[in-house]
Amino acid sequence: MTIVQNLGQKSESGIQLPAPQAINGGEAVAYAMGQIDPEVVAAYPITPQTFIIEKFSEYVADGTVNSEYINVESEHAAMSACVGATAAGGRSQTATSGPGLALMYEMLWVASGMRLPIVMHLCSRSFSAPLNILCDHSDVMGMRESSWPMLIGASPQEAYDQAVVMPTIAENKSVLLPVANVLDGFTVTHSVERVEVLPDEVVKEFAGEYEPDIWALQPGSTATFGTLDANDFYFEHKRQQVEAMKNSLEVVRTQLNAFGEISGRPMNLVEEYLLDDAEVALVVLGSSEGMVRAAIDQARKDGIKVGMLRIRLFRPFPVQDVRKALEGIGAVGVLDRAIAFGTPGNGLMQDLATSTRTMPDRPLLMDFVYGLGGRATPKQLFRQAIDQVVTMNESRVEPDEPAYLGLK
Amino acid sequence: MDKRLPIEVRWHGRGGQGVVTASRILASAALKGGYYLQSLPDFGAERSGAPIAAYTRISETPPIDRGPVYEPDAVIVLDASLIGQVDVETGLVDDGTIIVNTANPDSPALRRLKLKPGQQLWTVDASKIAIELIKRNVPNTPILGVFARSVPVLDIDTMSQAIDELMSETFPPNIVEANLKALRLGHDQAQEIQAIEVEVSANA
Repeated sequence: MTIVQNLGQKSESGIQLPAPQAINGGEAVAYAMGQIDPEVVAAYPITPQTFIIEKFSEYVADGTVNSEYINVESEHAAMSACVGATAAGGRSQTATSGPGLALMYEMLWVASGMRLPIVMHLCSRSFSAPLNILCDHSDVMGMRESSWPMLIGASPQEAYDQAVVMPTIAENKSVLLPVANVLDGFTVTHSVERVEVLPDEVVKEFAGEYEPDIWALQPGSTATFGTLDANDFYFEHKRQQVEAMKNSLEVVRTQLNAFGEISGRPMNLVEEYLLDDAEVALVVLGSSEGMVRAAIDQARKDGIKVGMLRIRLFRPFPVQDVRKALEGIGAVGVLDRAIAFGTPGNGLMQDLATSTRTMPDRPLLMDFVYGLGGRATPKQLFRQAIDQVVTMNESRVEPDEPAYLGLK
Repeated sequence: MDKRLPIEVRWHGRGGQGVVTASRILASAALKGGYYLQSLPDFGAERSGAPIAAYTRISETPPIDRGPVYEPDAVIVLDASLIGQVDVETGLVDDGTIIVNTANPDSPALRRLKLKPGQQLWTVDASKIAIELIKRNVPNTPILGVFARSVPVLDIDTMSQAIDELMSETFPPNIVEANLKALRLGHDQAQEIQAIEVEVSANA
């Protein structure tokens, strides 16, 4: 690819590194897609995903990739095209955001039910109405039960790194599921930052080749996909998906470790910040983690022993990793960037409550809703949350209702 | 540790003036300078002529804040008619720098800025430079020249390289060349306004 300029820098493992790029999260994802060069990319433009497909279609037009780019008429068609391409034995990728994901919803289940290792880059965005194009996790929560392993990054660098790893999770023979690389709309997609990229040949080697064995709809294959499966075996097929999702957890761990060794940038299923001696903690998804850490640094100066747990692997939810990280913590504030209307707890809160319920000394939990529709997430917001969690830890009384941070 | 860093910049302009591009060029220059960087547009729908903002952060460690800049070290105003309509000087740090694109350093608009004694005001007629050299009112590259001169973090040559590389991806060589000249001219024609600082501090 032409934008890689080799400055002759050397990493510790002796790999020639291209110069770091000043690119945004969307362009970083497109960069990784260009290096992986999937057979088919099918997408429909939607803010804030547009950087990804604008950049990728430039690669196609310039001939720096061999991919077939299909500019489809809708997101439903985008996922349908990926389903067809992957069933035929090719690698396929797509990218979307909020309402686009909603329009794709039927096909999300078709992709996972047909066990097709498609990669989707989801630029998290709120749902209309009222019309809002900015970041929250309504779309993330909207697909969480569709049998897609989901990784949520926090920066353009992580969006790139995860994008390189994603196909290797999806295509693992013990998984064979579509996977989602989530990057926060605007705060990651539009944030131009220093991104360390890997050489093309290193990414190509890491991602390997997609080799569908019996699965592809190809001459000589006896496979069939997505046929009528009424009350005879539908239940059994869904039960098999449960196992595939379970299997994916250790595959994600292995692949993140393998990538970390190559890149020197370790990634884990959950990321901890100052949890070792913490009495209270906040749990968060995605790019708000930076300001959560800033709030923690400030609170620590005031003598509050607080830490953070960031969930990178959102599906399958890493129950054991979360329990281990929260062992010995008295009270936890859960930061939810979406409302699960009418439920007894919002999305991440539900996961924390069910994950911790059988711990011998489970931490008390308190839910916070924040940042809906792109509402600002300064560190003062999370400082408020820390102070409320400290109060709960002293009173030992869990509130029934979530608190709303930054609500006017 | 570089005592001048981290530095946070807030850009104000109108849609079409190249605010987001300028922020991005500055970020690319920071990368060339060996720093961590961030360039972020203010999130919302962009319309030609509407007030818009962008943010640039330069630091020695990876950025953790991906929100707006509330307490800028430098404010850059690409359209002086925004003064009074948008609180461009809000949150500017006590020893911060504000750079305004204006044809008239004595303009009443500049007197409406609520500046503190330690804050520096620089002006340049960036629109005139842009129209002369680039044939369009895109005052962003000349004003980057003023930034290089008034905020000693990135020198003019680093800035020039960043413009060259970034613009060469999309523009023909003559346009890139015009922008590089505009950068130098902005740098050379920038002037620091002393009178207003004194006047405002006397009123304060």
